Parts: sequence; structure tokens; C-alpha cells
Amino acid sequence: MSSTAELSWFARHELRLAWREWLAMMTGGRRGRKRRVIIGLIMFAAILHLPAWAVIGRFAGLEPPLDKSSLIVITAVLLLAWALMLSQAIESVTRVFYARADLDLIMSSPVPLSNVFSIRIAAIALSVTAMALLLSTPFVDVLVIGGGIRWLSAFGVVIAIGLSAAAVAIAVTVLLFRLIGPRRTRLVAQIVAAIIGAGFVIALQIAAILSYGTMSRFAVLTSDAAAGFAPDPDSLLWWPARAALGDGEALLLLLAGGLTLLGMVMAIFSPRFADTVVSAAAHAVPSQQGMRTKTFRAGSRQQALRWKEFLLLRRDPWLVSQTLMQLLYLVPPALMLWRSFSDSRLAIVLITPVIVMAAGQLAGGLAWLTISGEDAADLVATAPLPPARVIRAKIEVVLIAIGAVFAPLVIALVFASVLQTAVTAAGVAIAAVSATAIQLWFRVQARRSQFRRRQTSSRLATFAEAFSSIGWAATSALALSIPLAAVVSGLMTAAILAATWKISPRRG
Amino acid sequence: MTPAVSALRVRGLTKRFDRLAVDALDLTVRSGEFYALVGPNGAGKTTTLRMVAGLARPDAGTVEVFGIDALRDPVAAKQMMAWVSDEPMIYDKLTPLEYLEFVAGLWAVDPAVAEPSARRLLTSLGLEPHLHERCEGFSKGMRQKVALAGALVHDPRLIILDEPLTGLDAVSARHVKGLLTDRVHAGCTVIMTTHILEVAERMADRIGVIAKGRLVAEGTLAELRQQNGHTDTSLEDLFIALVDTEAAAA
Repeated sequence: MSSTAELSWFARHELRLAWREWLAMMTGGRRGRKRRVIIGLIMFAAILHLPAWAVIGRFAGLEPPLDKSSLIVITAVLLLAWALMLSQAIESVTRVFYARADLDLIMSSPVPLSNVFSIRIAAIALSVTAMALLLSTPFVDVLVIGGGIRWLSAFGVVIAIGLSAAAVAIAVTVLLFRLIGPRRTRLVAQIVAAIIGAGFVIALQIAAILSYGTMSRFAVLTSDAAAGFAPDPDSLLWWPARAALGDGEALLLLLAGGLTLLGMVMAIFSPRFADTVVSAAAHAVPSQQGMRTKTFRAGSRQQALRWKEFLLLRRDPWLVSQTLMQLLYLVPPALMLWRSFSDSRLAIVLITPVIVMAAGQLAGGLAWLTISGEDAADLVATAPLPPARVIRAKIEVVLIAIGAVFAPLVIALVFASVLQTAVTAAGVAIAAVSATAIQLWFRVQARRSQFRRRQTSSRLATFAEAFSSIGWAATSALALSIPLAAVVSGLMTAAILAATWKISPRRG
Repeated sequence: MTPAVSALRVRGLTKRFDRLAVDALDLTVRSGEFYALVGPNGAGKTTTLRMVAGLARPDAGTVEVFGIDALRDPVAAKQMMAWVSDEPMIYDKLTPLEYLEFVAGLWAVDPAVAEPSARRLLTSLGLEPHLHERCEGFSKGMRQKVALAGALVHDPRLIILDEPLTGLDAVSARHVKGLLTDRVHAGCTVIMTTHILEVAERMADRIGVIAKGRLVAEGTLAELRQQNGHTDTSLEDLFIALVDTEAAAA
């Protein structure tokens, strides 16, 4: 086989794998669902046009030359999209490093490894860009319908930033490998990806709160201060925004820049990629030291179960990064709390739904890990204690963990308002119990490592969990502002839970 | 004279998935016996043992463990049993010692007894240098040894093992076999499925041959030979003859 034929053959193989993995994610691995998933996706894309219209419909009529505020807003939106793509790309690259499924086969084959990994890098870039194109389509559609076909160039901008995000992700991950070694890179890359994905929005929120006392990001972007700091309209910084608006020259340069960056990364890192993968494979299962147990603990069977669950949760890299993320998301409302002592008393109410929502989401993840993600299911099932006690011990672990994470925040609220403290505490408890109950009703036997795919096992449970958390967050906020509306919202959320229980495979 | 209680007494055990996996199976294993269950792939060996261990609910039949109805009082039955599957299910993020501490806690073993026993077991299986290492870096053989140590740490009266030697090297396999033989000598009952007929031939007091969910032959090696009219043949030849006969009858 010639080198070109070899490359194209491997590219087809990579594309086929990426397509099947995506399909399995969407269908939960069930063949019969393909048609339903396609119909669901089309409907989802169609429905997405409505919020897209509401969010950016008013910008469709923008014509160059733009003022500084418009340039700042468009550039910030593109930067946010780039940050999200970068976050996704870092995760993809880390997966390639640590997934050993086909690496042994590929690396033992007589194919030049730099070629193989060039294709793999290109596949990452392609999948990241394709996903971004899919998600951006409703938004670009709205702009094209409202402002004309010149907005089609926004697709080109998405491609360019997708390529550059993939390139930067590879460079960042390989550098992390070099700096902190393969052992720590897996966890650190996860945290970096999460922080990059959310950091931009959070930073804008913090700036808005500190400067304007509002959580609106647009307050910062459209401010005179931002316009004062921004460079002139003909600056290179605005080229992506100009390209999105239909400036052909800017678009071509942007695309060329993205491709060049990716090409450079492929040329520089493809040969090293193989070394890095080998290194990751060798250290993918590090011989980390556990606690040097001096003596075995005495206690009941349930205590043994709870101890094991806490130990596993503490050592779970996903959980560590997610908990950090939840805490990171709580920084803006915490700042709002701090500012609100001297300013508006009403703004502080915003903190309650954020905390309640975060508690519900974290409890859902924890409940999946403890209840469904049991790596030694046979051992626990053959242990001499009734299944109900096993489940009870696991639920206790989730609720204790949620209590430990959120108690300091709730207690801090006492300084603002006792009523708000009580409402927030009740909201956290109810949201956590609801999310745990949903995970219990929809429990499946799985390995903890399957956590990333937990949503595909039951989309119903995923949606129910999200609606429950949102519902209880809204109810808590309303309880502090419009108590009568809180009763309605609470009843609606309870009805959602009741309906979820009714259709769940394991009632009770 | 009162008859000795069987370690395991199964009557009319039936399980159906898409097809009949276990077909009204009767099986009795005496206390203190090393019993090997052999049979072709899909014969119903693992399903039978999973039902005995309480991991699957039978459609019909009874299971008694040392006289206790395991379907009516599973907790009491499980207190006396240990289960080891061919795919060792242990926690990647725990060390072997932490894993054994957890298992001992589940079976409510006094820590003062459990800890030295755990250390002794892990040492005898060659895991002493890895006592404080997390299991995520372990090979399949090492994981199997940790799972086996976990099964033995609560000193069960009945040990059920499904293909325990899969993935073990020769030295490790010898360790495991030695450990199981010692347990039997100490009065413990061992039921084991295996595809390695040599192991069954050499270690088991009695051998049961299962095919299509039914026990088609049972006895010591000498009894099996006698039943089939061969006096000097290996278990492998006997097994193939029995399974072929069963297939022809079907």
C-alpha cells in the first residue's frame, strides 16, 4: 500500500470509529434507536432556532463598519465558543492518550507512527469542528434569515476556530505531559478543560459583579470602560468578528491561520505523540499508594460500606474536578453575596437557586457513582446483608457528602438572612434527595469508569434530574420573593418527580 | 445416626433466559468436599453457581446451604459462602489491604482476627510488596489473587469459584491451588468450575459433568470411568465422550 493510500485508509478507519462512537453515545448502544435519534436531533435543532432567534436575532442586521461595543460582543462570543471547543478538544486528546483499546494494535503495526498520529490529530480537529458546526447551525441560520447570506461566512469562522482549538489542545496536553508527567496529566487535563470551558463566563460575571453589581456579562462587554480599553476597529483582534460578518479577506486569512496552526502542531507533535502515548500507556495505571492502614476498623457492615464509598469518592478524579467546578460556579454568587451586604438586599436572593441547582446536580452525579457505579457488584450482592441496607448506606453517603460540601455556604447565609438560610437548606436537601431518588429508580449495574456515558443509559433520568434541580432551584428563589408562586412551582416539580417514578423501571 | 448436612443441596433448579439455561438440576455437594463442575461453554455451570451464590433468582427449584434455605434466608446462607468469579471485580482505587478490610467489614469479621488473616493471605499469594498499592495498576492475575484473598478473609465454610485459574501464570495457579487444597483439608467445602480438566482430575474429590443445563454424570474419576465402561482413560476423553453422547441424544 502506498503512503497516500495508507493515510486515506487510516483516515477512513478513524472517521468510521468516531462516527460509531458518537452514534453509540446518542443511542446508548441500542441499534433500534438510530431512527428515533435522528428525528430527535432534527427536532432539537429546529427547536434550538427559537432561543437562537431570541439571543442573537437582533444582531442579524449589523452591517460593517461596526462600533467598538458590537465588535467586543461578537469577539467575546467567538472567544467563548473557542474556549468551549478547546475544553472539548483537551478531553478528546486525553482520551486518545489513555484509551488503550487499539493503541497496542496500531503501534505494533508496520505503519509509520507519525502518519498514524497525524491522522488521529486531524480526526480530533474534525470531530471538534463538526460538533461546533452542528451546534452553531441554528444560530447562523437565524443570522442568515435575518441578515442575508453574508452571514454564511460565520460557518467558516467556526471551522477556523475549531481547527485552532484542536491545535492548541494538543499542544497544551503534550506540554502538560512534559511538565507534570502522565500520572497527573489525566486529572489536571480534566480540571483544565473544565476551567477553560467555564472560566471565561465566570470571569466576565465576576468582573460584572465587581464593577456593576450585576451578574450580566453584557454589562462588562458593552461598557464604556471596555470600549476605552479595546483597540481600534482595524486591529487584527477584530478579524474573526469581521470574518463572521462576511469579510472574505479576513475569513480566508483566518482559515489559513487555523490550518497553518494545525499543520504546525501535526508536524511538531506527531512524532512526539507516539512517545507520549507510549508513556501514558505505561503509566496509565499508576502504582499510587493508598493509605497505610495500621489496623482494620471495627464497625457494622453498613459502616464498612460507607467507609468504602467515601474512600472511593475521595479518590475519584471526575468527582474532584466536578466538585471544583461546582465551587467555581459558586464564586460569582458568593461575590454577589459579599457585595449585597452593603447594596441591594434583593440581589442576594439569586444565590439560593444557584446553590440549590448545584446541590441537585452534584447529588445526581454522586448518586450514580455510589448506586450504579459499583465495581464489585458481585461482592456486594453476595455479602450477608439485605439489599435495602446496601442501598440505604449508599444514599447516606450521598447525602452526607452533599451536606459537607454545601453546609459552609448555607451557614454563611445566616449573616444575610435567617429565612434565606432555612429556605436554601431545605432546597439543597430536597434537590439532593430528588436527584438521588431518580438515580435509584433508574439504577443500572455499571462500572465507575462508565460515568461519562451515564446519560446515554437513560435519557429520561437525565432530563428528570435536570428538571428536578431546575424546579427546586426556582421554587427556592420564589419562596423568598413570591411565596404563592413557590407553592405552584413546588407542586409542578413534585409532579415531575411523581411522573418520573411512575415510568421508572424500578419503582420503590 | 443423623445424616451429615450437605454443604450444598440443589433440587429442581431451573433458569430460563432466551433459552433454558438450567434444566431442573439436582446437585448435592458434601461438606468438606472439593467438587469440580465441568461442561462445555454455555452448559449452565456459571448460571447454576450464580443462583447458588444469590446473584440470580431461579425460576424454580430450591437451594440449601448447610441446611439453610438460601432462597428464603439469603443473608444467613451468604454469611457462610464466598464467591469468586472468573472476571475479578475489585475496586481500582483501593489497595489490596483496604479491599480486604472492606470485605471483612461486610462479613462483620472481628478486625483483630481479620487483619492478620488478610496480611497472611496476601503474603501467601505473593502480594506482600503490593499491600499498599492501588489495584488499578494490577495485572489480571494479581487482581484475581486479590479477589481470592477477599473470598477467604472471612473464613467461609463454602467457597464457590467460577474459573478461578483464568489468567493466572503457572506459579500463581499453583499458589491458588495450594490455598484451596489447604482450605479443604481444614474442613472447608470448595465448588469450582473449570475448563482445565487436568485441574479437576487432580484436585477434585468428585466431578460433575453438566451439559444443556443438566447433570449428565457425577462421581469420582474412577466412578466416571466405570459408568462409561472405560478403565484407563483421562477425564478429557471421558468428558468429550459424555458431551458427544449428550449432543447426539439431543
